[in-house]
Amino acid sequence: MLSFIAQRIVKGVIVLLAIVVLNFFLIRLAPGDPAVVMAGEAGASDKVFVEQLRQKFGLDRPLPEQLLIYVKGIASFDLGFSFRQQAPVSKLIAERLPATLLLTLSAFVISLALGILLGALAARFAGTVMDTAITVLALIFYATPLFWIALIAILIFSVWVDWLPSFGYETVGANYTGLRHALDVGAHLVMPAATLGLFFMATYTRMTRASMLEVKRLDFVKTARAKGLRDSVILRRHVLRNALLPVVTLAGVHAGTLVGGAVLTETVFAWPGIGRLMYDALIQRDYNLLLGVFVVSSAMVLIFNLVTDLVYRLVDPRIEFSA
Amino acid sequence: MMLKRVLLGVVLGCGLAAAALPVDGRAEEPKVGGVINAVIQPEPPGLMLAMVQNGPTQMVSGNIFEGLLRYSPKLEALPGLAASWTISPDAKVYTFKLKPGVTWHDGKPFTSADVLFSIEMLKKTHARARNNLAVVEKVEAPDDLTVVFTLKQPFGPFIGIFEVGSMPMVPKHLYEGTDWNTNPYNNAPVGTGPFMFKEWQKGSFIQLVKNPNYHEKGKPYLDAIYWQIIPDAAARAVAFETGKVDVLPGGSIENFDVPRVSKLPGACVTGAGWEFFSPLAWLWLNHRNPILANKKVRQAIMYAIDRNFAKDVIWNGLGKVATGPSASTIKFYTDDVPKYDYDPAKAKALLKEAGYKGEKIRMLPLAYGETWQRWGEAVKQNLQDVGMNIETIATDVPGGNQKIMDWDYDIAFTYLYQYGDPALGVSRNYLTSAIAKGQLFNNVEGYSNPEVDQLFADGAVATPDAKRKEIYDKVQKILVEDVPVAWLLELQFPTITKCKVKDLITTGIGVNDGFRDAWLDK
Repeated sequence: MLSFIAQRIVKGVIVLLAIVVLNFFLIRLAPGDPAVVMAGEAGASDKVFVEQLRQKFGLDRPLPEQLLIYVKGIASFDLGFSFRQQAPVSKLIAERLPATLLLTLSAFVISLALGILLGALAARFAGTVMDTAITVLALIFYATPLFWIALIAILIFSVWVDWLPSFGYETVGANYTGLRHALDVGAHLVMPAATLGLFFMATYTRMTRASMLEVKRLDFVKTARAKGLRDSVILRRHVLRNALLPVVTLAGVHAGTLVGGAVLTETVFAWPGIGRLMYDALIQRDYNLLLGVFVVSSAMVLIFNLVTDLVYRLVDPRIEFSA
Repeated sequence: MMLKRVLLGVVLGCGLAAAALPVDGRAEEPKVGGVINAVIQPEPPGLMLAMVQNGPTQMVSGNIFEGLLRYSPKLEALPGLAASWTISPDAKVYTFKLKPGVTWHDGKPFTSADVLFSIEMLKKTHARARNNLAVVEKVEAPDDLTVVFTLKQPFGPFIGIFEVGSMPMVPKHLYEGTDWNTNPYNNAPVGTGPFMFKEWQKGSFIQLVKNPNYHEKGKPYLDAIYWQIIPDAAARAVAFETGKVDVLPGGSIENFDVPRVSKLPGACVTGAGWEFFSPLAWLWLNHRNPILANKKVRQAIMYAIDRNFAKDVIWNGLGKVATGPSASTIKFYTDDVPKYDYDPAKAKALLKEAGYKGEKIRMLPLAYGETWQRWGEAVKQNLQDVGMNIETIATDVPGGNQKIMDWDYDIAFTYLYQYGDPALGVSRNYLTSAIAKGQLFNNVEGYSNPEVDQLFADGAVATPDAKRKEIYDKVQKILVEDVPVAWLLELQFPTITKCKVKDLITTGIGVNDGFRDAWLDK
């Protein structure tokens, strides 16, 4: 197992390097560079101004040299400097990471727990009104654009009934501490986490239901029933456990993207996370920052892929490790 | 719809009148204390005004930093860090007497040495200041409170270049001998303004607190300002609606939401505070394209576009149809120019005369959100209606800027500030000397007319103002006849506030000039 992990890590580093190089060139294909953006925003531009900015960003050097400097930096865990935000990239990412993780992990845990529960219920009561209700609900949440759900949630819970704050991470200027602060952040978290979670929940619900219905038809379930086991035990110990493999795969993929944040949710709810940081960096052609977010989120995807493979083994001991 | 427009007009009118009050004489006694929550969009990249000159930076940092002068809604110079000034009879020597007793937020005194240092720094970091200062031969500081500018030649608009965004004062003791790009005070700026920087939680808010030692005694009245960073326009409208923010500066919400939000209980609206900037929207017409090089085609475009429709429907009645290269709010404007009323038949006839045969024309809308997208669609429809073959090119803002800089477009939307005077914000778009590839905001259309060049050159140095007016009247007529670009609207970005916020806008620079006069009627 250790050699499996070691091999996967080596492969991961190579993949990460390929991602860095690819992204490095890819983002430079988009027209406009940070100097153009800043000159545009300044409402004034002359040759000296744009050239000064390019020099400051190191964009006046040949592309291979820029790449070499960047890769060297990455090798020593230096993600570079955002000249636009006048701060090291790693600091900017680290500042946003807690808020993003709070949002995405909350949404992830809620959606996974509820998704599996609802999927299992729908499979258990397949063909009944409950099954139909759950399936239709999942379909609605799956198909409705996230930003629309977010705006309707704001309309209902902030504007009409005024139960929940509509934006931000905390009440600015309130200076709450301790439990009061935690409750305040929690109140701000409810709508963004629920909105983001609903989409994932719908996916897990559908996946769990379909997978369980398939497993229910298999011979070993008949054998279990023939042995006289109770339905609830068969469902829990035999059907659900075997049906979870595709759900684990999907959850693994989702988990890897958690660090990348959720651009739409973070934008609508003004949640100060990495998704927004990435979006702003893209619009502003803040190359170093954009690449930094890509590097961190790609690394997370690779790590979670590895974790997913390990979880497979726990769920289904028949699976063997092979790199 | 009509009723809505009338109501909005009344509300705006009242707002304008209210905003004008403090300049002439305050009606109410200001109350001290309280906190204002305002929206800032997008999040500024930095707050050091000498290093970063985008709109949001000035909106926040106009509270932290100050310039030597401020300007009334009629663009007359008002004292700022300079208490008084004199201009020599030959209009070449400007002597400023600085206000005594002014200190930086860290307690160090503000002196003429700071002014000299700021000018040297801005020449390297601030493109607009560098251009404005090109006419300066030397700057001297005979004593701590006197600064003398000697010009190479008279320059009519010189007295108009000293507002905080155009020439912010920088603390010499914190910047001299440092690497300006990485100076730690870029992220914790120190100025002389009414509010001091306290905290910036990236992606959430920027907090400014009252400067207790501000040089205008008794001001500011507020204890603090929170600038809330809310990236979605609809969410910003909701934040105002639910009382979480008190101030929506111009452009904070989509234009189609302005009438609704303006009518919310306790909401007040004003169009004031943009006189100095006077944003004017037009279409760049690339003269390098032989079709658009033909004056008749350009005139046809002016006749083909229904600008009143754009004003009434897309901009909800806000703004004014542009008559030419100058906005009506800046100096030396004249409407005594040829007129281009909406006339598709005339446009078709002109296109026929010009020999246009349906060749494809690429149009770049401005990627500034819904309102601009709709405007792009409306103009495309107008031009198609008169037989033009228009292809819309979709880009984001940097992509669009790059295309314009590279002259890789046929028609492109833009809007530019005019900075109060044709020599500062108008001539740059029409002078032959301002044709330079790889740059924005200059003569990117490629228009060249020696007579216009000469008139603009004369207008910048002529004295007195009556002489300047005569010259600018003439140049406006020529330009409107030639249609180097297709002027659309004088834009208006209304500022929406809770009515309890008083005296927010007292100068021609509006919200960008800081909240020194603002107070809360609790």
